[in-house]
Amino acid sequence: MATFTLRVNGRSHQVDVDPATPLLFVLSDELDLRGPKFGCGLGQCGACTVVVNGQATRSCVTPVSSVGQNEITTLEGLGTADAPHAIQQAFIAEQAAQCGFCLSGVILTAKTFLDRNPRATDEQIQQALSGVLCRCFGNGRMLKAIRRYASERTV
Amino acid sequence: MSHHFSPDARQALGRAGFTRRSFLKGSGAIVVAFSSSAIVDTLGQAFAQGINGTGSTQLDSWIAIGRDGLVTAYTGKCEFGQGLYTAQLQLVAEEVCVPMNRIRLVQCDTSVTPDQGTTSGQQSHPSNFNTANLALAGATAREALIRMASAKLGVPPADLVARDGLVALRSNPSRSIPFGDLIGGQRFDLQLDRAATRKHPREWTVLGTSVPRVDMRDMVTGRFEFVHNLKVPGMLHGRVVRPPEVGAAVSSVDEDSVRDLPGIVKVVVKGNFVGVVAEKPWQAMQAAEKLRVNWTRGTPLSPQADLYSALRKQPARDTLLVDSGDVDTRLAAASTVLRSTYFHPYQMHGSIGSSCAVADVQGEKATLWSATQSVYPTRNTSAMLLGLKAESVRVVYVRGAGCYGINGADTVTYDAALLSQAVGRPVRVQLSRKDEMAWENYGNAFVIDQRIAVDASGNISVWDYEAWSAARGGRPGYNNPGNVVTGFLVGANPAPLVPRTPAPAPDTPLNNGFNTAPSYIAGRVGNSAQGAGVIRSERVLSHRVLSPFFTGPLRAPERLQNTFAHECFMDEVAAHVKADPVEYRLRHLNHARLSAAIRAAAKAANWEPRPSPRPGLQRTGRAAGRGIACVCYEGDNGYVAMIADVAVDWNTGRIEVTRLVVAQDSGPISNPDGMRNQIEGGSIQGISRALGEEVTWDDRKITSIDWRTYRTLSVGFAPPPMEIVLLNQTDGEAMGSGEASITIVAPAIGNAVFDATGVRLREVPFTPERVLRALRASS
Ligand code: FES
Ligand code: FES
Repeated sequence: MATFTLRVNGRSHQVDVDPATPLLFVLSDELDLRGPKFGCGLGQCGACTVVVNGQATRSCVTPVSSVGQNEITTLEGLGTADAPHAIQQAFIAEQAAQCGFCLSGVILTAKTFLDRNPRATDEQIQQALSGVLCRCFGNGRMLKAIRRYASERTV
Repeated sequence: MSHHFSPDARQALGRAGFTRRSFLKGSGAIVVAFSSSAIVDTLGQAFAQGINGTGSTQLDSWIAIGRDGLVTAYTGKCEFGQGLYTAQLQLVAEEVCVPMNRIRLVQCDTSVTPDQGTTSGQQSHPSNFNTANLALAGATAREALIRMASAKLGVPPADLVARDGLVALRSNPSRSIPFGDLIGGQRFDLQLDRAATRKHPREWTVLGTSVPRVDMRDMVTGRFEFVHNLKVPGMLHGRVVRPPEVGAAVSSVDEDSVRDLPGIVKVVVKGNFVGVVAEKPWQAMQAAEKLRVNWTRGTPLSPQADLYSALRKQPARDTLLVDSGDVDTRLAAASTVLRSTYFHPYQMHGSIGSSCAVADVQGEKATLWSATQSVYPTRNTSAMLLGLKAESVRVVYVRGAGCYGINGADTVTYDAALLSQAVGRPVRVQLSRKDEMAWENYGNAFVIDQRIAVDASGNISVWDYEAWSAARGGRPGYNNPGNVVTGFLVGANPAPLVPRTPAPAPDTPLNNGFNTAPSYIAGRVGNSAQGAGVIRSERVLSHRVLSPFFTGPLRAPERLQNTFAHECFMDEVAAHVKADPVEYRLRHLNHARLSAAIRAAAKAANWEPRPSPRPGLQRTGRAAGRGIACVCYEGDNGYVAMIADVAVDWNTGRIEVTRLVVAQDSGPISNPDGMRNQIEGGSIQGISRALGEEVTWDDRKITSIDWRTYRTLSVGFAPPPMEIVLLNQTDGEAMGSGEASITIVAPAIGNAVFDATGVRLREVPFTPERVLRALRASS
């Protein structure tokens, strides 16, 4: 066991865990966050995605000890139900989900990619999401929502 | 009982009608069958629930209205991502005449909601939106409220109207009484009234509109609580250790191998069920990995390459759905007989979140939080495994990841229950990705022989279907916990498959619930003809054999496999007689609504009548083509036609779907955008299943165990432009829309590939390697 201070969604938290513990378990079990979810535990699906220092990161394969003082943002850190972030608003506008379990991967991967590549083409966006899975296959609406957000943020 | 729950858990219970407030002064009468003495004391009386999914005939089981006018509605059909929660809110709002935000809908909790069996088979609309159950409860309640107001105001009911939570005088709407003043806090004490009038879709103001999903905001902002997020105080974490091979049994478990690991609470062994419980999820995971279990060797599996020939050789249970008795003689006499065989592999649900459940088994009582589609059946079967009375087990539905049928939700509920019972504390279990994928109940593998005869005018005169499919277990229902892996491991057997050859002659009118029969046959049994088509010489014979793997309903179960064979074969025959595939289908149908769906799709696609393959076939580069497929889903639960445009690459075997047109008639539409969302998702899932998905195994075990070994399309896959034509049939009954479209994706694509290349694909999935082999074999 070891003590870590994590900066999550703008707040600091002290946790006392095995350093090898994947960040995902710390976020969901110690800090009660609901955004990142265990989908595969293998880095293959994206359901556990959080943003670490601006990078979309698969928290299921990221040991808590490797995060350091970097700022972590989860899906709930982006916006609230009353004041959703623009990309979340775009998903609401397009009704771009079915079960919603995959959304951390879809939304945070798209957002971090567009933050770095504001003028990305459709193909580039698709490429960026080629490792994110949605088994309800909300693809059409999700890509539309992402394009909506991309065009809004560049105007 | 609520004192030992965390705020989260309390909130979950609160949603399910269990806050103190709701007991004491909340929304009217809460109907309870759960035997917790505290609850029964508070509420006074427990109502008997309907059994075996028949719902309830008592209005109070469905709807309660508080003094504040707040309406609480109870449903046994649950939301799992298909939009049903919102649609049911619309239904209650419409029928009871109350704004949606004044309704609290409680779904699937064995202590308060009626037993409606399982939410599946796109049956929720037929169950709750037509002339029974929740819809009828709404109508009964509205009419009862009007009668009460009539007595109070001394005017005839005909002069009154219900709206916005009030009953008002038609001639003077300012004279009104709020619902809360009429019934608030009391029971209706009425039976559902079969004569109560449903509102006609023409009068709808809430139903029939694209109300946005009420859970959308919470989902996209990460606040929605899945069963995976549920916390119960004192909760431990369990992990299961499944056998390494199919059929392997425990010979010994070395508990010392994990004794020194941090946080370990207990190793649990029950028959071949092995699990560990630890303080933290990560500790449980590591303990499960390190626990040394000696297993016997499994049963050798026949090679995957021989799957389809092996299916034909096993003892089978034979069923004849239709048999006109003249098929053999007429085929023998026919000048043209065509035959083809179609192959469909096992496929998996592959939920994006591995399944999870939380159980709290305390002595004689148990509470299970589960994403099962079947709270009552799960209550009964869990009770069997725990050795408890069914009435002592409460199953509360909490949503999981999209399931598309029976994923691991039922089995993990048993896992959690068994582990919690062993430690006497609440236990949460989430399966590993591999345990989810290696042991779920797959969609059945099928091999299907089709034979037809063509008469002198080019019409089909005989249709002969014979299929072999593999099955093991399935939904546990109310008494077969062995139908899923955990039940089996602790010693319950799957429901037996009793071989039967030959099949008895059909003696009940055709029920095409599994789409075993093609749409084009007359379906004559005795004096009835329940088929959708005109072919009168007909035989539909199925052989069910035992699968080494568990199987169970996977979105459009069996309907999808059968329809693949029917719709591709219809296309083959049309091509053989050089007929336009749309016209040829219509010629063999005797079903106005399916024909209308076909015509609507053809019109939207600007379908140009001509036979397939296309003229001037090109045998290099990228070849384009179009294909059609259609189905009367489950015989009478939605009518849908799809046209796919594809481009096939002769060099790589890659298929690109370049456009989809779907026309669907599901009766009166409750929520057009919700229906579109289902058709879109179903269609893209259909593309994924048609092009890549296939369960694989070696000589002892499943090898498709993660997202590298089971192919699925990613979010980066940009779906083809999709044109969806909703045929809103306001005078008919409501039908489902979650499963119809996926049923016809593979045949529409396969037929389009034939149109483009002249090469027929008869085996799903159409992987580039397989397509390339077929293309090369043809040239
Ligand atoms: S759960 Fe982390 S990538 Fe799947
Ligand atoms: S919305 Fe269900 S997995 Fe994406």
